[in-house]
Amino acid sequence: MADSVDHRGARWQRLLAQVLLIFFSLIFIMPFVWLVTSSVKPDAQIFRSPPEWIPLLPVTHVVAGEECPVYEGPDGSRVALIERLPGEDAVLAASLSGDTSPFTLSQDIFGAYEPVREFGLRWSNYPEGLAFINFGQQLTNTLIICLSTALGAIISCSLVAYGLARVPWRGRNALFYVILGTMMIPPQVTMVPLFVVFAKLGMVNTYWPLILPSFLAPGFYVFLLRQFFLGIPQDLTDAARLEGCGEFGIYWRIALPLSKPALATVALFSFLGAWNDYLGPLIYLSDEAKYTLSLGIASFSSQYGSFPGMLMAVSTVMTVPIIVLFFFTQRTFIQGITLTGIKG
Amino acid sequence: MASTSARRSRGWLRTELTGLLFSSPAIIGLAAVMAYPVAASLYYSFCNYSVLKPPTWVGTANYERLLTDELFWTSLWNTLYFAAFSVPLGIIVAFLLALLLNVKVRGMTVYRTIFYIPSIVPMVASSVLWIWLFNPQYGAVNALLRHVPGISDPPGWLSDPAWAKPTIILWSIWGVGNTVVIFLAGLQGVPQALYEAAEVDGASPWQRTLSITVPYMTPYLFFALVMGLIGSFQFFTPAMVMTNGTGGPADSTMFYALNLFHRAFSDFKMGYACAMAWVLFILVVIATLVVVKSSARYVYYESADEGAV
Repeated sequence: MADSVDHRGARWQRLLAQVLLIFFSLIFIMPFVWLVTSSVKPDAQIFRSPPEWIPLLPVTHVVAGEECPVYEGPDGSRVALIERLPGEDAVLAASLSGDTSPFTLSQDIFGAYEPVREFGLRWSNYPEGLAFINFGQQLTNTLIICLSTALGAIISCSLVAYGLARVPWRGRNALFYVILGTMMIPPQVTMVPLFVVFAKLGMVNTYWPLILPSFLAPGFYVFLLRQFFLGIPQDLTDAARLEGCGEFGIYWRIALPLSKPALATVALFSFLGAWNDYLGPLIYLSDEAKYTLSLGIASFSSQYGSFPGMLMAVSTVMTVPIIVLFFFTQRTFIQGITLTGIKG
Repeated sequence: MASTSARRSRGWLRTELTGLLFSSPAIIGLAAVMAYPVAASLYYSFCNYSVLKPPTWVGTANYERLLTDELFWTSLWNTLYFAAFSVPLGIIVAFLLALLLNVKVRGMTVYRTIFYIPSIVPMVASSVLWIWLFNPQYGAVNALLRHVPGISDPPGWLSDPAWAKPTIILWSIWGVGNTVVIFLAGLQGVPQALYEAAEVDGASPWQRTLSITVPYMTPYLFFALVMGLIGSFQFFTPAMVMTNGTGGPADSTMFYALNLFHRAFSDFKMGYACAMAWVLFILVVIATLVVVKSSARYVYYESADEGAV
């Protein structure tokens, strides 16, 4: 008796949760739907009020080898607009079927005609947008920075983390707490002097200021890998030591192979961090040929706000690889977040 | 005897050197991209400095000027406003979503993915999207709002000084997915036996949530609070991208980090920018200390170890 009441309660609870989850999911998905549908709409459609969700393309009809837009009158009759006649208050049009010879239509009558649109995707926003921001170049630039950053973080952080976790030297705890402490310092504090240093080294407008710091053991990843290395059983390393393996050998042949998931997390998150980074490239890169995707899209947005279709297309192109990457590496993602709480 | 101690001391030295060698990237890093810049930044904050000419000492003039700089106070107010709404709202929404996901419903992984993905969308892309989504005339949000009974005149969002900050706060809420994942991991660690015991005692789901789930989750909520506060003081990219860097309309989205960026890299007032950075640093430390100090009263740790690093 009590059991059945309880079951009913649990069922209601589950149903309520399901309904709320669907509701919130729709809200969270809505911006993506807008992004993707806008990326295949003609700009003229995006600039319609009230907005439309479904991409529509103007219908055209070929008259004498030329594509002409199709208009529909209030009575449902359709004509192809060949040209607006200059000087006169009329247009030249042709019927779509039957007698297709052109005829003139007075402006009074044509004023009531509406352009005919039907469902269609304007894919050309993609090639046009990508050409517009010089996508190939910017993708290459971004990948150079992302891959170097990931490599730098893996090498430097694993070395330091090993030194902190497995080598019983005296300064290790002190160093660890200093590293943790510096993670509290807002990047704005060091931003100006670092810019001055890189400027004096002649590295402004190069990728070095964006890449070099990742080779100097960023704290978050040191923290993550140290936790991981601490979990490697002592027996394993002792056995290797007895067989004459040096400390570097243990690091290279035991610690690294055992921590592939953690290293993958570090690589993934530092790659994403560089892919997303906007402030760094904004400060250091001034030459448009050196722009990253972040910088390129932001500058496109600020200079050419009247081409939203292309803008949404390039934003989609910047977003999709990250989502695909997520689907292939979900476990690495989830593990990384729950281990450190860093934003991907 | 002597040789043993010599060997031992050599071994000690070896360990010490090995440790140093492994840690050298961090030691060089701390010196080069942390200690020196922090010291230099503190020095510059007492100087007039435009990069082109060497810094000249002006004492506390930069800090004094901050006190009467209207834009400084505006940007500080905007940032506090942003933190006061986006951090608690983000935590509440993330906690609610995590609670819902923790009810064993079908398709949990699908929902989790849906909530998580916005948080990995590149910030520039999502900011650009936000501009158009919230466009007062052509945007999807107002298109939907016009269907809601009683709303005939939806807000101007980013073009209205009163609505620009809420629009950006909504952007930050859309990206709570990573907090949801952290909370969900925490929820799965709450001992099931406690719920069963409470159920036997006749506690309602609401009572169980309040008296079992919430106390167990306080370390996670606390972590999200601290990280959220630190992050919101440094909030930059969306404000920069959504307003073309202007921080408008009427300085309503001129956040602290955006203001600092402009003083440093638009005006080249490096000394002034460094003074702003130090004020920011001190504010972050104070805010964190207040949260940490007060946390002893409400954060519950299952065992003493769990709270330690």
